Amino acid sequence: MSPTIAVVGASLAGLSAARALRDQSYDGRIVVVGDEEHAPYDRPPLSKEFLAGRASLDDIALGAPDDEDLSLEWRLGTTAVGLDPLSRAVLLEDGSEVRADGVVLATGARARRLPGGDGLDGVHVLRSLDDALALREDLALAERLVVIGAGFIGAEVASTARTLGLDVTVVETQPVPLAGPLGTDMGAVCAGLHADHGTRLLVGTGVAALVGTGRVEAVELTDGTRLPADVVVVGIGATPNTEWLAHSGVALGNGVLTDARGATSIPGVVAVGDCAATWSVTAERHVRTEHWTHALEQPATATATLLGTGGPVPTPVPYFWSDQYGARIQFAGSRREGDVARVVEGSCADRSFLVVYERDGHPVAVLGMNQPRLFTRWRRQLRSAVPTPS
Amino acid sequence: MIPVCPTTALPPGEAIRVEADEPIAVFNVDGEFYAIDDTCTHQDASLADGWLDGCAVECPLHASCFDLRTGKVSGPPAKTPVRTHRVVVADGMVYVRPGVAAEGAA
Repeated sequence: MSPTIAVVGASLAGLSAARALRDQSYDGRIVVVGDEEHAPYDRPPLSKEFLAGRASLDDIALGAPDDEDLSLEWRLGTTAVGLDPLSRAVLLEDGSEVRADGVVLATGARARRLPGGDGLDGVHVLRSLDDALALREDLALAERLVVIGAGFIGAEVASTARTLGLDVTVVETQPVPLAGPLGTDMGAVCAGLHADHGTRLLVGTGVAALVGTGRVEAVELTDGTRLPADVVVVGIGATPNTEWLAHSGVALGNGVLTDARGATSIPGVVAVGDCAATWSVTAERHVRTEHWTHALEQPATATATLLGTGGPVPTPVPYFWSDQYGARIQFAGSRREGDVARVVEGSCADRSFLVVYERDGHPVAVLGMNQPRLFTRWRRQLRSAVPTPS
Repeated sequence: MIPVCPTTALPPGEAIRVEADEPIAVFNVDGEFYAIDDTCTHQDASLADGWLDGCAVECPLHASCFDLRTGKVSGPPAKTPVRTHRVVVADGMVYVRPGVAAEGAA
């Protein structure tokens, strides 16, 4: 009988894993399990073109014509509820199971919600296609939007809502948005885009309550301010989908713990994408990365591990981007507190610049706003500068 | 035919964006000139801003790769090819013929 590999999760990481398996000459069965009804689709446009109504379902489909040749068995609209570590069977909510010789865990993450906000209409998170459809429908009838959280998702939703003509307020508990990924100075520069485009940004204030009966009417802040709202979007991060593995024996932390090559604590089981906390040889700890490029590239390493053909440990340079208010923000590398940000091109005031973060005089990360060409060069340079661990 | 620039203004390894009905990117690969649609078929990004690696260009946004000779996708996430355009070099000037596929391209 031909071997079976089960890929649990049918988004970018799961699809990339299936493609990588075929690329690596695996010709057995591949069963892809996904809890959403939809075929794999691209999530970044959900807060941008798709939310604005400028991209269709077809536009954001991830599947390519060549994917027919992958001969994948799809089990969409089916949630995995457990994993038997001995038989490596993936248990599904309909009571059936997929017995597999190898398992790729790619169940992603879900949007964190605000405690107490679930009962009210008009309160949204944005993670899935269905989330985006519901939000789009609600925004079409709304005048006032309050976004809770000034991270990238929140900022992109605010930007899209402005183009739709809404009155938008963004609320952030931290004194400076995006200070975590970009540092205080550059976080402030990027957050400046809100004011440039008529979005109110309130920082250093938390949310006390969502007010309304049946439907949300206002957001009450910890300082007593009451912001009227027809629609509220909560963008306060994501939680890895790992609860279904609680009794599987797979070691869990902030995500499924894996070594640098994607192997979990159970032989024949690897984890990829947003649900995986992968050992980083450079950071010397488990790192859970939610970046799109990571979900695209990392699965090839994990599938090679599964097939026993693993090569050297890759040392990728993290990369993410955000499009807000017509500005393209790109970041690559690993920044930490104490790194010195230096503008090497353009100016922050002009919203067109390239900033290099330096540690001990060496570049470790790069941030570009509306500088794609120069950014690409720097990103390449960082990639070639990463030392290959022995 | 659209005049692009003098050959000396586009050294090997460089690319230039040409405004046309659909913008075109012209590349110099070791003295050979290639022209393809400038806009990545995945999402809005200028391929002239991308990274040239042999006869492939990598999109600056999501790293989709296109073969400059054929316009075909040589790396995901793009799904559809870009069009190629014929390049003519005459009297030290580079020209493109928009909509006329490069010789040898599919």
